[in-house]
Amino acid sequence: MARSRFRSDPGLTIRMSTVVLLLGALYVAVMAGLVVAGVGTVAVLVIAVAFGLGQWFFSDKLAMAAMRARVVTPEQAPELHGMVERLCTLANMPKPQVAIAENDMPNAFATGRSPRHSVIAVTTGLLRRLDREELEGVLSHELSHVAHRDVTVMTVAGFLGVAAGLVMRWGLYFGGGSRRQDNGVPVWLLVWLGSIVVYFISFLLTRVLSRYRELCADRAGAYLTGKPSALASALTKISGDIARIPTRDLRESEPFNAFMFAPAFNGKSISALFATHPPVEQRLAQLAKISADLSRPAA
Amino acid sequence: MGLLKNLFGRSDPPNANLDNLFAVPSAAITLQASAGFTPTGVGAVCYRQAEGGAFAEAQTDIQQLLDADGGPKVERTVDDFGFTWLVCRADPSEISALVTDVHAVNSSLENAGFGASLLCSLIAFRSDEGKTFGLVYLYKQGTFYPFAPVKGDKRDNALELQVRGALGDDLTIEPELGRWMGLWGAPGL
Repeated sequence: MARSRFRSDPGLTIRMSTVVLLLGALYVAVMAGLVVAGVGTVAVLVIAVAFGLGQWFFSDKLAMAAMRARVVTPEQAPELHGMVERLCTLANMPKPQVAIAENDMPNAFATGRSPRHSVIAVTTGLLRRLDREELEGVLSHELSHVAHRDVTVMTVAGFLGVAAGLVMRWGLYFGGGSRRQDNGVPVWLLVWLGSIVVYFISFLLTRVLSRYRELCADRAGAYLTGKPSALASALTKISGDIARIPTRDLRESEPFNAFMFAPAFNGKSISALFATHPPVEQRLAQLAKISADLSRPAA
Repeated sequence: MGLLKNLFGRSDPPNANLDNLFAVPSAAITLQASAGFTPTGVGAVCYRQAEGGAFAEAQTDIQQLLDADGGPKVERTVDDFGFTWLVCRADPSEISALVTDVHAVNSSLENAGFGASLLCSLIAFRSDEGKTFGLVYLYKQGTFYPFAPVKGDKRDNALELQVRGALGDDLTIEPELGRWMGLWGAPGL
């Protein structure tokens, strides 16, 4: 049996596993901390779980509403549907719903809690700017997000950040009325400060994870169409228009970053640390490597 | 391990299942007896051409291999979706030879490491009244379905369901109708 040309990237897998492990360790530490402090454990957890579940369950409708995208039938957009249908047959996955957003920014996103409840949406700006092969590259990238269940993965990963964000907000608004310990240091203040640190760390880790998921989706998408260069060309085309490309999946839970971000954070390295997508150069380099792999003569 | 695959953001391209194709000749006999359809002698393989020299070389090798037997030449066309069709022709009475040719295309591509690029293959059938349909084989599923196009990008669902009923015992028909992909403009139809 001949080997498939598909190569996984062990380095990428290891780095991603490390991030997942760190997130898990952070989670355990927070649980222990909350139990020791004895403050609002159950309430925080219930709210955070409800929030996470709600986001996970309604992610498709939320994202669709936020992007003002509407689902189109095969009769309304036969070409787009045909393209998605073929890619799904090639990847052996159920065909998601297809949506179009009236927006001139070239963009695309995939959403939904499971491959069977997924929507992949493109903007009219994307359809206008990209040629067929490039569009196919972007679609296969989004389909890979669906296949990897990235909505679920990122919701679970972002869960801790949401919980910490809630505690932070409570501490700010209602903390003054909480009980105090005998030594005079208010418990709510400790918990609040702890939450800020936890929120910050989990925020960074989720962003790292998000960037790895993007690289994975690029990789799987490029192997699916067999044309990494078309995806690369789509990336360069779009990056001229928007800096964060080509997909803003609305997968990350970032309810509190407006509150958290100080304008003092600036500069290239800091913004790279916070970005949900890896830099274009990194994505292009990966695609170039896949292209070289595909061209190698059969062994 | 699906969970681990998800966790690590990996999705290996599914491997193609090539062997079920050899059930087509006996299905063709059933089809002729029960519905009056005979093979037209045209078979085609649809795949996604990968960029780079390795794929082009594999493709040239296949065409040379198939053209070496002195029969009708293999044709190559690219459809509107950028998928390539390799069209094999044989005498309508020799459907086994046609299936062997189609299988040769598949196994050559797989040997070159491009098994994941195979989309489907299609064997065309025609009735005495001039109705045509393509028996489509989905590699990744290992299942068949009939595709009967009519003018104006529509399809003859009644005929498709009739064929499904006729072939249910001979072939594994794709149970999920959502996977019965439309292939308008496919060669041989």
